[in-house]
Amino acid sequence: MESPIITFNNTCISYTKGVMAVKNVSADIARNTITAIMGPSGCGKSTLLRAVNLMHNLYDNIHVSGQILFNGQDILKMEPIEVRKQIGMVFQRPTPFATMSIYDNVLAGYQLNGIKLSKAEKDETVERCLRSVALWEEVKDVLTKKGTFLSGGQQQRLCIARALALKPEVLLMDEPTSALDPIATQRIEELLVELQKEVTILMVTHNMGQAKRISSNSLFMYLGELVEQGSTVQLFDNPKDERTKAYLTGKMG
Amino acid sequence: MEKGLKKRLFTNKLTTCLIVVLSALTAVPLFAILGQVFYKGIDQFSWSFFTETTPSVYRVMKAVEAGSPIPGGIANGIVGTVIMLFMSMVVAIPAGILGGAFLAENRKTTMAKVISYLTDLLQGTPSVIIGIVVYLWVVVPTKTYSAVAGSVALCIMMLPLIIRSTEETLKILPASLKESGLALGASRATVMFKIQLPAAFGGIFTGVLLAVSRVIGETAPLLFTALGCSLMRYTIDQPISAVPLLIWEFFNDPFLQEFIWGASLFLLFFVLTLNVLSKQIAKKWKVQS
Amino acid sequence: MRDKLFHIILLVVSMFVPLVCGGIIYSLVTDAYMAFEHFGLVNFLTSTDWSYTPGNEQYGALPFITGTLLTTLLALLFCIPFSMPVSLFVGEYFKGTKLAATLSTVVDLLAGIPSIIYGIWGFFTLRPIIMALNISPQGSSILTASLVLAIMIVPYASSLSAEFIKMVPNDLKESAYSLGATHAEVVRKVVFPVAGSGIFSSYILAIGRALGETMTVTMLIGNTNHMPHSIVSTGNSMASVIANQFGEADGLRLSALIAIGLVLFVITALVNGVGKLLIKRARID
Repeated sequence: MESPIITFNNTCISYTKGVMAVKNVSADIARNTITAIMGPSGCGKSTLLRAVNLMHNLYDNIHVSGQILFNGQDILKMEPIEVRKQIGMVFQRPTPFATMSIYDNVLAGYQLNGIKLSKAEKDETVERCLRSVALWEEVKDVLTKKGTFLSGGQQQRLCIARALALKPEVLLMDEPTSALDPIATQRIEELLVELQKEVTILMVTHNMGQAKRISSNSLFMYLGELVEQGSTVQLFDNPKDERTKAYLTGKMG
Repeated sequence: MEKGLKKRLFTNKLTTCLIVVLSALTAVPLFAILGQVFYKGIDQFSWSFFTETTPSVYRVMKAVEAGSPIPGGIANGIVGTVIMLFMSMVVAIPAGILGGAFLAENRKTTMAKVISYLTDLLQGTPSVIIGIVVYLWVVVPTKTYSAVAGSVALCIMMLPLIIRSTEETLKILPASLKESGLALGASRATVMFKIQLPAAFGGIFTGVLLAVSRVIGETAPLLFTALGCSLMRYTIDQPISAVPLLIWEFFNDPFLQEFIWGASLFLLFFVLTLNVLSKQIAKKWKVQS
Repeated sequence: MRDKLFHIILLVVSMFVPLVCGGIIYSLVTDAYMAFEHFGLVNFLTSTDWSYTPGNEQYGALPFITGTLLTTLLALLFCIPFSMPVSLFVGEYFKGTKLAATLSTVVDLLAGIPSIIYGIWGFFTLRPIIMALNISPQGSSILTASLVLAIMIVPYASSLSAEFIKMVPNDLKESAYSLGATHAEVVRKVVFPVAGSGIFSSYILAIGRALGETMTVTMLIGNTNHMPHSIVSTGNSMASVIANQFGEADGLRLSALIAIGLVLFVITALVNGVGKLLIKRARID
């Protein structure tokens, strides 16, 4: 693969010394694609994803070894704040900041990082980000309302807009549609397909159909190991490993 | 690294440090108080300190003249505290438990809401006001300060605490416990007394201990009800002393100031032991349920 | 039938609380009536005279209302710089660790110490320091009382705030981190706004505690009946004037003291009521 944006190099993640959640994962993530990480619950896929954003730094009991390269630089040796500004994250449940308006939610990244914008820049950013998540038309008249008044799907799109505002190169998504209804899910999926032109998406999903529909590459993890990786088409049509086959045919949790 | 980021990281570190340092400082008064009371009070602990009554000023002056240690002790206060605590508990515990049961049983009714609100009101009422009111209710009609009056004051202070802890404990019991009892055809009273209350025993016991530890050190409500008395008394219709009342007397009497520390240490020991004990039990009990 | 009897027994016993509350209000009002009638409600609340010269008795509650409000507000002011870090320590920075459990045990123990012992400690330890620092000549002052009062209310303010801080959802905090915020920024921009109303109500309840605190204040405030002219002057709070003078009072003076008790009761009831209401609201949010 030519110049992958993220490279896992023998990445191991353990909880409280001993319990290995992720074992020796090595993989390349291609630029401007959607890559899905699949696997049964507890296989370490979320743990791996969160490590890319250095979320494990928040907890004393998680240790990461090996390398995670981002444009050739080891994330694990970088300042978390710098990493997180360039790599955004969207969580399972929509998490709009309850005390902020929709407008302020989109700009939260700037506000939190203490970056001052002019009124014009702010308006421009809010409109651009909300348009790119196809939320602008729905909320442009209620921008001063609290983000929590929106529906679940709208809230999640707002959170994506919030992550996009800082113009990250990578967007990490941890089962972003698991709390949403099918229609909202479909809209988000369409949106992600659009978005991959500007940002690389690395997504954990429980939903095989979703991975098949929108991702170009897939990783399959089982019990902390990366069992198989490759193009999604190939992984679904012709899995090499027995465990992948078992999972895809529903013979595994 | 850019300058703005450096500043932010520094602010972050500084905040963490401040939080740790200020939190640690908050613990200082506890150790300062315990240390001082222990250091000054432990010397006074002797057999006579717990078996003799408060000395008269005359006896103290004599002793000071002779250069001998101050005679006497706090036995009258200990006896008074025990008598008043006992009398108030006899009423407050059953009444509190039944009241708590009522609130837990009739959660949604207006009556329960009103009582619940008034329980909060009573719990928040300054103890000195309880003292005034009991003075008006008991001391004025009987024309004498008494152990009974003191007990009434303590009882009123304990009641809301016991009601609350009983209610809270009954609330967190699984609903299935009550339902399975009722399903067997037992009456609600039987279910309450034979199943729910025994299951809630740990929580209620903790609540009672905490209530006792709260009122055992109360001084203000006893000032105008029990008044205090330097004699050993076992009667309930006359003024009586209590350990916190004695501390107040010693504080106001330059001849007896030495005694403050021994009495304080004694009181502190009981209050904190009850406190720690009840929290230990609460922890254990919560793990089991 | 038996269920009905059971219900009635519980109800009858529960009527204890309303009866006592009603009795408190009734007794305070009827016995305060003489003072209100003699001086007039407004005049009683706004007059600063307190003299019991026979034949020319003058009783006004303003010095004591002022004393109570001053000590309480100062105590709150001194308490915040310590209770806030404690609640963040327990509820956020060291949440769930042994260290946090130890600190909350220690702070809880502060709540268990009887107020008369706080008074003793304040009198024999803090007062000499205040004197040595030349802040107030006798050492007893509104400031002295407030400092000890502040220590006493730290546990009430911090433990409840910590609960609200703990309840701030983790994914909300992680969202802020994922946007590049530092821990301090997450606390300021996410934890405080989300837990804010809960924290606020904890402090209201702490104020409710401080308002009625009697023995500590009585032992440290200096017990003078004049209007305090600064925070280092002596004074009296509503609770301390009652504790000091109730035993020797009768007639109009007794009624005036009971009237002060009524005012104190009403203020604490209002403050506690508002606090509880806000807590309920904050819990629902």
